[in-house]
Amino acid sequence: MEEDLEHDMHEPTSFLTKYVWSQDHKVIAIQYSVIAILVGLVALVLSGLMRLQLGFPGSFDFIDPSAYYQFVTMHGMIMVIYLLTAIFLGGFGNYLIPLMVGARDMVFPFVNMLSVWFYLLAVIVLMASFFVPGGPTGAGWTLYPPQAILPGTPGSDWGIILMLVSLAIFIVAATMGGLNYVTTVLQARTRGMTLMRMPLTIWGIFMATILALLAFPALFVSAVMMLFDKTLSTSFFMPAILSMGQQLDHEGGSPILFQHLFWFFGHPEVYIVALPAFGIVSDLISVHARKNIFGYRLMVWAIVAIGVLSFVVWAHHMYVSGMNPMFGYFFATTTLIIAVPTAIKVYNWVLTIWNGNIRLNVPMLFALGFVSTFTIGGLTGLFLGNVIVDLPLSDTYFVVAHFHMVMGVSPILVVFGGIYHWYPKMAGRMLNETLGKWHFWCTFLGTYAIYFPMHYLGVLGVPRRYFAYENYDFIPESAKDLNAMISVMAIFVAVAQLIFIFNLIWSLFKGEKATDNPWQATSLEWQTETTPPGHGNWGENLPVCHRWAYDYSVPGYEEDYLPQNYAGKGEEQKT
Amino acid sequence: MAIAVVLILIVIGSIVFHFVSPWVMTPLASNWGAIDDTMLITLIITGIVFIAINFFIAFAVIKYRHDKNRKSKYEPENKKLEVWLTAITSVGIIAMLAPGLVVYSDFVNVPEEASVVEVVGQQWSWSFRFPGADNQLGKSAIEHISIDNPFGIDPLDPNGSDDVLVTGNRLILPLDQPVKVLMRSKDVLHNFYVPQFRVKMDMVPGTVSYIWFTPTKVGEYEILCAEFCGIGHFNMRGYVEVREPQDFDTWIQQQSTFADSLAKNNSEILSVAAKSGEELAQTNGCIGCHNFNDSSVGPTWKGLFGKTQTLVNGEEILVDEDYLRESILNPEAKIVKGFAPIMPPVDLDDLQVNALIAYIKEKGGSQKSNGEVQKETPSGAKLVQSKGCTACHSMDGSKMLGPTWKDLFGSQRELASGQIIEVTESYLKESIFQPNAKIVEGYPPVMPPPVVNEEEVVAIIEFIKTL
Repeated sequence: MEEDLEHDMHEPTSFLTKYVWSQDHKVIAIQYSVIAILVGLVALVLSGLMRLQLGFPGSFDFIDPSAYYQFVTMHGMIMVIYLLTAIFLGGFGNYLIPLMVGARDMVFPFVNMLSVWFYLLAVIVLMASFFVPGGPTGAGWTLYPPQAILPGTPGSDWGIILMLVSLAIFIVAATMGGLNYVTTVLQARTRGMTLMRMPLTIWGIFMATILALLAFPALFVSAVMMLFDKTLSTSFFMPAILSMGQQLDHEGGSPILFQHLFWFFGHPEVYIVALPAFGIVSDLISVHARKNIFGYRLMVWAIVAIGVLSFVVWAHHMYVSGMNPMFGYFFATTTLIIAVPTAIKVYNWVLTIWNGNIRLNVPMLFALGFVSTFTIGGLTGLFLGNVIVDLPLSDTYFVVAHFHMVMGVSPILVVFGGIYHWYPKMAGRMLNETLGKWHFWCTFLGTYAIYFPMHYLGVLGVPRRYFAYENYDFIPESAKDLNAMISVMAIFVAVAQLIFIFNLIWSLFKGEKATDNPWQATSLEWQTETTPPGHGNWGENLPVCHRWAYDYSVPGYEEDYLPQNYAGKGEEQKT
Repeated sequence: MAIAVVLILIVIGSIVFHFVSPWVMTPLASNWGAIDDTMLITLIITGIVFIAINFFIAFAVIKYRHDKNRKSKYEPENKKLEVWLTAITSVGIIAMLAPGLVVYSDFVNVPEEASVVEVVGQQWSWSFRFPGADNQLGKSAIEHISIDNPFGIDPLDPNGSDDVLVTGNRLILPLDQPVKVLMRSKDVLHNFYVPQFRVKMDMVPGTVSYIWFTPTKVGEYEILCAEFCGIGHFNMRGYVEVREPQDFDTWIQQQSTFADSLAKNNSEILSVAAKSGEELAQTNGCIGCHNFNDSSVGPTWKGLFGKTQTLVNGEEILVDEDYLRESILNPEAKIVKGFAPIMPPVDLDDLQVNALIAYIKEKGGSQKSNGEVQKETPSGAKLVQSKGCTACHSMDGSKMLGPTWKDLFGSQRELASGQIIEVTESYLKESIFQPNAKIVEGYPPVMPPPVVNEEEVVAIIEFIKTL
């Protein structure tokens, strides 16, 4: 890409254009991340409230069934969409794509700015639902009709409408951001940055964005159709039914149609969160083990394969939905096939540290913690993906434990690892290492203690989405003690996140000054002239890429890393 | 280093936890032992991988921890290793998937000797239907559902009349008899889940889903709803009781059929059969010429039944069921004086003719006696079932989501506001129409206002008084 001189002339000077109405991808990334973390804290508090009820039923008067189901619903929706999707694509994607591919900014900076403001609007609409009559929707994060829009479910008047509107706005925001990320990766890479030289972080975010662009429309249309069913009495998802004993005017719609649309979005959504995490963790492991990522090409193809396959496995969420049971054969097969590229990624991570020179700093701890929790989450997926094994486990706590391990805890560990890793570049100061280690151990051990035993409640048969478990004969007293223990751990982990928040703020002012490349990493974002990088990222000339991102410990060199823009003769990657 | 030790401890701790955990699968009570076996296969394979990966990381972290004087080994790829790992993984996947699909095909294909029972879900209770002697369930539809026909069985479907109807959340099944469970929901999604039987399935309004199993142990098991269905979801309780076949036969013979319930009901303006007759009269065009006014093309139906008519041949005839039946099927046989023989014969089967007669009888008859439709309110006992009240209010004193009705009337209650009130008719009435106005201490304000009219509320209150 040729030098864009005009760019420098547009450097914003006022506070407003620099930090509020900014079109700089780095500022937008931070805006995305701050909003996501704040709304994530709301979801964290909600999970604590929910656990209070489950661990100590009846002890808290303000948690009645309505409130409980509202906590559950909002916790799930915020975590999946408004925290994880937003922070990986809007946060990490925005910050890292231009820097890692050697571009000055996203290709459509104005659209990028619109994206973050639409995201904020979506969050505001979502939060507003806490203050409308009836409160937010309590339909569960899957929002299954008919129940989501009928009386008997909390928030079935206003809450559900605001939820659907907020999702629609979020999807507009994600689309504007997504078009930018994809176009930037395809069109704005610097000289020498071939696709097969890109860091895996970019590959993960790139593929996840493509998934988002293809999957979110399914959620968008189902949200609109449900809004019509609710407000205009259409019957997309509503068959002839009763509600509280009264016949409704609807007829001919299909509740299962919604589930197909929802999971056609919902399963790729798992990978929209997981693929960036896979990419980031690959880079963290490689940098901090001082070793090239093992099997780079296979890793890239695994990301692509997972992305493609993720569109043909959705109905494994619907084995007991009442759909034609013949579908079970197909979806069980595709689901277990997707385990192969996923397993390859795990092997390659652990083979990367083999023969490495491992620095056990905070980002590396989070990365290794991720491999362990993701292994559990992935393996329990083999129970649920295999249709016959799913029959007893579906809708129990086994499912809750599984998806929290695989797409709650694991991606969050990567988010933390990524923040500890790139914070020096973003803030110009290091995060405190001691606080970071405390944060890691509390989070890692705490979440293990929460979710590992929870699988056993599911094996016992304890159903999920229950407000209380009183007087069920098959649930022994000891299960209640276990629930209490899980709740204590959950609150412990939640409180431990304050260490992280404190570290973020404290280090911004008091943290050790960061050098340009504190981790001695090869990828381009560490080769900027200033830290944090200035407007336009790269001074006069764009960097030129001469090698892949994983030239660590190349034989024959004194240093154990060769930056991607290092022109000297290194062990050229054979492509 | 700490991470290596911790990962090793996690693995050891997990294995120990697995073997000492008191939280194991419920004792199997159906034929689906094969499901437990496939789960065990999955557990063994995934358990090995879990141990291997974590130990590998721990070992690598110890062996290759940072040392300033050492460099990593530069090894971008190792084709052979990658192929091997892919192959081994594929074998492991097949070892789990293949037996899984074999067992699944047993689950999908219901054995021919399976008997049929239907489970109907509504917020937040269960009811059940057996096909009766003809082994065929009558057709059902939401539009047929009424107080007297809670299952929504089509009164015109001859297969429906001997269907055995079981309400009250308790299903009885015979031991060792494969049973195909057909599932239906009246309102939102539900899921029929009995942990001891292993299999479960959603109940979806608008479609019929199924599972099958063979109960293999006599006993009583809990039915749970496993698909979120609103605030009462966690309390949608039921029981399935497995009995020896002869005990089951005795029980089912004591249950009432759809025909019984039709015969018993007289609580509405029109019986269920007469309602179908009304529809038939419209769809077959009868009402083009017959109505309940004095000016109709054919003889009026107003007060027709039981009246004496004069025929064209001068003969006088009493209008009874036989006459009506004959006149419907063969209109020209006996023409009433003053009317032209223009009515085309109507093609209706026996049940339909009966329904039409019931309509003529009931609607024409009631108008004759009062000149206006007699309106009767169904009994409170029926209303509380059909409106879903009993999902949250018990009648036996047990604590559910809402206050029990036992000994409720006349008692003193403390409200959430701290005020003490006496439960009177006016309090009950207010609490039905505006459930959240006066919440009793200790109960959540979650009751949705039911759709009821003044008379129905009176009937419900009268019923509550009797408890």
